[in-house]
Amino acid sequence: MTPGLDRLTAADIARRVSRGELRAEEVVQAFLLRISRLDSKLRAFLRPLDDEALEQAREVDRAVASGRRPGRLAGVPVALKDNICVRGVETTCASKMLRGHRAAFDATVVERLRSEGAVLIGKTNMDEFAMGSSTENSAFFATRNPWDMSRVPGGSSGGSAAAVAARLSPLALGSDTGGSIRQPAAFCGVVGLKPGYGTVSRYGLIAYASSLDQIGPLARTVEDAAVALSVIAGHDPKDSTSAMTASKDYAAESCGDIRGLRVGVPREYFSEGLSAEILQAMQSAKAVLREAGASFVDVSLPHTRYALSAYYILAPSEASANLARFDGMRYGLSAGGALASLSERYEASRGLGFGAEVKRRIMLGTYSLSSGYYDAYYRKAQKVRTLIRRDFEEAFSKADLLLTPTTPTTSFRLGEKSDPLQMYLSDVYTIPCNMAGLAGISLPCALSAQGLPIGAQILAAPGDEGRLLRAAARFEELRPFAPWSEPQEARA
Amino acid sequence: MSAPLELVIGLEVHAELATASKLFCPCSASSFGEPPNSAICPVCTGQPGALPVLNARAVELAFLGALALGCRLRERSIFARKNYFYPDLPKGYQISQYEDPVAERGGLELGAGTAGAPRRIGIRRVHMEEDAGKLLHEEGSRELDCSLVDFNRSGVPLVEIVSEADIRSPEEAYEYLVRLKSILQYAGVSHCDMEKGEMRCDANVSVRATGSQALGTRVEIKNLNSFKAVREALAYEFVRQSGLLAEGRAVVQETRLWKAERGVTEPMRSKEEAHDYRYFPEPDLVALAASPSLVEKARSELPKMMPQERRLHFLTQYGLSEYDAGVLTAEKATADYFEDVVDACGAPLAKQAANWMQSELFARLNAEKRAIGEAPVSPAALAELVGLIAKGAVSGRLAKEVFARMWETRETPGVLAESLGLLQVSDSRAVAQWVEEALAENPKAVADVKAGKERAVGALVGAVMRKSKGKANPDLANRLIKEKIR
Repeated sequence: MTPGLDRLTAADIARRVSRGELRAEEVVQAFLLRISRLDSKLRAFLRPLDDEALEQAREVDRAVASGRRPGRLAGVPVALKDNICVRGVETTCASKMLRGHRAAFDATVVERLRSEGAVLIGKTNMDEFAMGSSTENSAFFATRNPWDMSRVPGGSSGGSAAAVAARLSPLALGSDTGGSIRQPAAFCGVVGLKPGYGTVSRYGLIAYASSLDQIGPLARTVEDAAVALSVIAGHDPKDSTSAMTASKDYAAESCGDIRGLRVGVPREYFSEGLSAEILQAMQSAKAVLREAGASFVDVSLPHTRYALSAYYILAPSEASANLARFDGMRYGLSAGGALASLSERYEASRGLGFGAEVKRRIMLGTYSLSSGYYDAYYRKAQKVRTLIRRDFEEAFSKADLLLTPTTPTTSFRLGEKSDPLQMYLSDVYTIPCNMAGLAGISLPCALSAQGLPIGAQILAAPGDEGRLLRAAARFEELRPFAPWSEPQEARA
Repeated sequence: MSAPLELVIGLEVHAELATASKLFCPCSASSFGEPPNSAICPVCTGQPGALPVLNARAVELAFLGALALGCRLRERSIFARKNYFYPDLPKGYQISQYEDPVAERGGLELGAGTAGAPRRIGIRRVHMEEDAGKLLHEEGSRELDCSLVDFNRSGVPLVEIVSEADIRSPEEAYEYLVRLKSILQYAGVSHCDMEKGEMRCDANVSVRATGSQALGTRVEIKNLNSFKAVREALAYEFVRQSGLLAEGRAVVQETRLWKAERGVTEPMRSKEEAHDYRYFPEPDLVALAASPSLVEKARSELPKMMPQERRLHFLTQYGLSEYDAGVLTAEKATADYFEDVVDACGAPLAKQAANWMQSELFARLNAEKRAIGEAPVSPAALAELVGLIAKGAVSGRLAKEVFARMWETRETPGVLAESLGLLQVSDSRAVAQWVEEALAENPKAVADVKAGKERAVGALVGAVMRKSKGKANPDLANRLIKEKIR
């Protein structure tokens, strides 16, 4: 086994495999070995796909040997959050409801990864149906943070973030509805990119809140995130909400300097609740961007304070309908017995299949949409959403990008946040981006005194992922993260 | 004595759009009679992760239907989720439209072409939605101890057409449905075959004092499986609701089911109603814009003549009776067939063509439950037959036999009449020969004719027909008999 393969970036692996310098099978074996050694404690994966992954890797090697184009992600292992459908593979959303459910088709992102030579290495743990911020809501087990095994990796894409941080996979996909890529990326010290709404097809992503959900990459470098986005982005006729634009070469877009770039700093993101350490980290992040040639403008997003409340009406409302299909009739968990009445069967299947947080959100959403409450809740929240969007439009007329902290605190301990409202607050800086359909990235920018990663968030107008990645790449160049630190658990 | 009561009726009609594929996926939309669950995919069975994509043809047909009904298209219409649990509804919600339907404010006219002034029935809205699947409780004759679900219909595109509460009698309701059906068929929006579930109707009905502007308590009637059922159920409701009011009792707002076999409506179990559907905009679809190009395309597809105009055309151009024109224009396919026949045989024979269609053709179609498009006798073949009769080449009586053989063999009438030896003999030498023989064999009849008994000529013609096995032209035989005897 070649030592150190796990330290290669996804882009390096693809280059070397394409040139025939490295065999995909070797790469995949190295990562599967790491998974088998480290994941029994970390528990990032619900299901590694050992045999399938090795078979895909050999296929890539055959392509290289026969001179066929092996693809932009040739031989690169990619871990997939378990709400992304892979044909014939168990896809559970970390819910008892879908235990044993094999998806009937590949998600569009999976088709695109396959066609570019990527190797699906496993399905990662998550908060059940992507509802949560710590991955503790998985129906199966909690995932640990590789920087401190007593702490959470964040969520809901906690498994994907932990897997990339611990180098169990060079690349992973997550989904982000209110911060579910960026918050765990910040907690685990990796790059997490939420593309603008419509940039990446949602076909085959098991929906939580359709108007907010977006698939995106988690990686150790900005370049890797850019390459992954290039592969998965672009119009998909199977998703009516996907943008009509073709994908771009985001790695190329991320080259070039950012001199003269106007970066807005929204004052509402630096208010009460932000830890002093993170505030300090943000000051140094500003210094890095200034060094790269950016200038700063003060901007205001006055409706930010209502974003969390509006989100917890809109997302559960959509979820209450999206999760109605899990009725025990056609797939997944079915309970109630032959003699039970129809409503008893529904109640039994859904009562057993869903966890507490999922039930809480279904109830919140059902209530918000109910006759007599719709105007006061759902319709009002939609109006707030419009105001938030306008705030950002205004801000982007003054600034090209916005810089904010990703999270108000660093990773917390497992079990620490038993009050759902406290848990919801950990997404306070990431939610407005989804409400406005923006692109956002979280970059590791510092370590706390306790040795925990701190993330900086950069936000861009939808469709402006190229500029977002360019700023992120310059930031990374001036403040490279990987060399000066790596998680405790990855050293094994 | 209280004021006389009147009915106030609004109808909600669901019509299946005549598309090849379903509303949100590429599955076949015309799987009637196909094995259960043979036209399904992840989208129309609500698999996790599947997303709907709107069928462009369904949008065109919905626009076309709305325009044909004189509705205004909304610049922007929005799909909405209608939430409820039922095993035939795979997503747990139906994709429909709620606050912003495709079109609004149209109408159609009743009683046009008849003596009285036409009455306009307003159409409140036209919206698009997907159909649900079908629950099966038996297999053949065997009742199952469970229910099976067939998702072939799940996702089939529908338009719901909601009338204003402008209808005042069961007869008007019936006429409204007939007109609506022919408009939708004419425009090619829907086949409206009720037997295949392509057209369904629910009625909202209340009674009030005639002339009052206030509305009475509304009752919704479901399970109306034919236009006749609609008429009968409304007539029943009028009696029932006015009876309640006469007794000083209140009409209860409820949903009732029409029980056709007993001719009554009965309340639906309350558990099955009282839904809060929690409609909200469907986030998986974008707003539907009525772009100028889309509207133009729909407009260009509007038929040149709608049923009313065609009826007038048949009256004036072909001299058909009011009744014949009504029957022949009720369905577009029938009117098209008729015009194809007339194109081939010529307008002077239009009346004969109309008679043949309404007698022999319709009788055969009804007996075999076939649509006119499936008739084995083509318009050209029927035109040829009508022409042969007019020329005197086939007698009216033998023509029925020829028609029967045409139906069975799909042969043209000329070929058939010839091969069957049914062509009428109008050759005067051949007929003269039969006449000679008949006169020789029937001296008494000849004597009677000579004595001035005209009726005896008939007996002699009969004898000629027997001799010729029905082929002799009876008019010619009649003339020759008279010539010979005088």
